[in-house]
Amino acid sequence: MRLLKNSMVQHELHPDNWVDNYADYLFNYAVGRVSDSEIAKDLVQETFFAGLNSAKNYKGDAAERTWLIAILKRKVIDYYRKINSKKGKAEVRMNYSNGSDSEGDWLEEQVADPFSTLENDAIENEELGSAIYDCIGKLPKKQALVFNMKTIQGISTEDICKELGINPSNLWVMIHRARTALMGCLNQNWFNI
Amino acid sequence: MMISCEKATILCNKTQYGEASFLEKLQLKFHLFMCKTCSSFSKKNTELTSLCQKANLNGLSTSEKEQMKTALQKKD
Repeated sequence: MRLLKNSMVQHELHPDNWVDNYADYLFNYAVGRVSDSEIAKDLVQETFFAGLNSAKNYKGDAAERTWLIAILKRKVIDYYRKINSKKGKAEVRMNYSNGSDSEGDWLEEQVADPFSTLENDAIENEELGSAIYDCIGKLPKKQALVFNMKTIQGISTEDICKELGINPSNLWVMIHRARTALMGCLNQNWFNI
Repeated sequence: MMISCEKATILCNKTQYGEASFLEKLQLKFHLFMCKTCSSFSKKNTELTSLCQKANLNGLSTSEKEQMKTALQKKD
């Protein structure tokens, strides 16, 4: 009984930490769906605004991030509604054969290849991205920041050192710790490694 | 030519970001040849790099996050 009680801990909202904790995770999710980083950024920002506005409706039975993702999902749907409502955009053009004079079994070319793993790859990679962001979220703040700048944003060692006021050997130690922690974390959450 | 395991891990991490010099790569290769532990670490580390590339991670830059924060505070 006690365990049950503990597992149903009420969650609270901390809007001050939203950007630091969830912006990358939400952004990665949005980019996967709208394929445009500017639009994705706007959607994430709108999600935070909406979250702030409806914070009083938050009951605390879902984790903060789950709640924000749910809002973001609505925002993505709204976005597609909006662009589709503009006249002509909703029109779906289908072209069964790209060369009208192609010969032979053109129908077979249109059928999905049952052995293709390409479609699954995209889904799997997105899940992998979420798993990585989950693990980055568990790192100490400074390590997460350095790893982010180096690996995801690809900023040079020199520039990171200048921006954060650390020396290169400092940076490599932090990178090392972050990478070791990530390997352990992904080992549990993602079995490929 | 012989380097410590500590040095080897740093060089291994540098290699992941393509920042090791030719001499450093040579030193690392030599060390990995001799040291089983570092060799297994290096393998996992390379795997992590390829996973990160495969996931095609999209992140926001620090300045973009700052902009978001200020916009949120204004709204507050």
